[in-house]
Amino acid sequence: MVNIMTKEKNTVTRAAGTTVVEDRFRDSAADDGIREPVFKTNNFNLWYGDNHALQDINLTFNQNEISAIIGPSGCGKSTFVKALNRMVELVPVVRTEGEILYLENNIFDRKMTVEELRTKVGMVFQKPNPFPKSIYDNVAYGPRVHGIRKKKVLDEVVEKSLRDAAIWEEVKDRLNENAYGLSGGQQQRVCIARALATEPDVILMDEPTSALDPVSTTKVEDLMHELKKDYSLIVVTHNMQQAARVSDTTSFFYQGYVVEHDDTKIIFENPRDQRTEDYVSGRFG
Amino acid sequence: MQLIDKSVIAGKRSGRLALNNSMKWAFFLCTTVGLVVLVTLIVDTLMDAVGYLDWDFLTSFSSARVESAGFYGAVIGSLWLMVVTVPAAIFLSVATALYLEEYAPKNRLTDFIKINVSNLAGVPSVVFGLLGLAIFVRAMAMGNSVLAAGLTLALMILPVIVVSSQEAIRSVPSSVREASIGMGATKWQTVSRIILPAAIPGIITGIILAISRAIGETAPLVVIGVPTTLLVTPDGVLDSFQAMPMQIYAWIKMPQEEFQYLAAAGIIVLLAILLLMNSVAIFIRYKFSQRY
Repeated sequence: MVNIMTKEKNTVTRAAGTTVVEDRFRDSAADDGIREPVFKTNNFNLWYGDNHALQDINLTFNQNEISAIIGPSGCGKSTFVKALNRMVELVPVVRTEGEILYLENNIFDRKMTVEELRTKVGMVFQKPNPFPKSIYDNVAYGPRVHGIRKKKVLDEVVEKSLRDAAIWEEVKDRLNENAYGLSGGQQQRVCIARALATEPDVILMDEPTSALDPVSTTKVEDLMHELKKDYSLIVVTHNMQQAARVSDTTSFFYQGYVVEHDDTKIIFENPRDQRTEDYVSGRFG
Repeated sequence: MQLIDKSVIAGKRSGRLALNNSMKWAFFLCTTVGLVVLVTLIVDTLMDAVGYLDWDFLTSFSSARVESAGFYGAVIGSLWLMVVTVPAAIFLSVATALYLEEYAPKNRLTDFIKINVSNLAGVPSVVFGLLGLAIFVRAMAMGNSVLAAGLTLALMILPVIVVSSQEAIRSVPSSVREASIGMGATKWQTVSRIILPAAIPGIITGIILAISRAIGETAPLVVIGVPTTLLVTPDGVLDSFQAMPMQIYAWIKMPQEEFQYLAAAGIIVLLAILLLMNSVAIFIRYKFSQRY
């Protein structure tokens, strides 16, 4: 199987005024030149027991970009994002090889604790998973576990995070109500607010809209676009239209390999690999 | 093409509905059997107890004479016993359950330990009494004190609380665990802030069952040698004490008929205290369930 490594492509300056499949989320900020890499993987391999789930992954993800990861079920895309904050190690039989550099530091180094990594690299999960607590306590959870106690600071963090997650107006009068009482789409935005509250650099999203209705999905997509001004986003998605709509770069995973990684425009309009073309045009997957 | 014969479906329908109805009544009947026995037992005991259950009974020490014999020493002794048993059992069991479910490596040894903890729940209480006698009373020289008996009972109810706590901890969805860990929370923060609060209602159910068993347990106390006649209440955990089930047992053994009525009165008091303790636990459980 051909494994096309395209890490050098990331540093290519994008031409101003690039238009991709859909223009709704394009803005000049996405096109203003070279960005610093936030994550870089070097020959990263991962096994679940004997199953070689990720094979020689060489990818670079840049700051203040939305990077989409697409691919058919079981291609390793979720495993890959969970490797980026080492959540994948919660599965006991996982073994890894190679490097993942987060801002030049190998995340598997002993001097980087998983707690520190996960503080800087937040995660939003596939299904909304609020804690069985009030909306306020959900969002304040991250700052609290990191030792922030002052009520005034927490109040501000909660409000800012909920505003940034575009749900403040809907929940500001019911902050002390249980988050379980919200709709699925609202819960997911509370979970995004909860991830924002720890002020991470990177937010990993593992199919964040797969459990949501179309209206909520649009809201979350709008939100991603807002968030990339301040954060770097790496988004796994089953939904190719979503990848085309929101992302700057797209990586196509297939059977544990990265088949192609490039600007989203190229992946969707002019892919180099036949399998990528087949997948994005809906011929399989 | 029709694969399904509609007339067969129509023919089976009344049978299905009849079975559905009769199952309901079968379950109702089984519930009634238990209830009737329980009510008979309580009413019978109450009838025996009614003439003897008064303030004097609650405030007098045990005595060989029926008219002056009371339950005071036994009540106070049993409460002392619970002061040792309940905290020791809860602390040890919940910590054990947390270790087994959250910390222990997932391997055969852990599985083996889990199975054996459940098996421990089936060990006869008299065996725990012998264990307590050997370890606490003799080897650690605690004598027949509140501490020795309390720890023995704590060990006896440990498996019950461990198993129910494991069940409760396991029922906390892994998605909220991941959410907490994914934000950089440590394991302990995740356990103390997310998992334990969510598991508390289930844990308390186990505690209620366990305490109900501990407070009425007689066999281990007999083995340890808890006295039935004592004219003082303990001042500390190292003092000797009386216990309600022991006192009831002693009265039942007496040849005079009046002592049987005293025993009945004792049983009613024991049940009342048990009910009181359980309602506190149920209240706590209710408070926590409200939040989830």
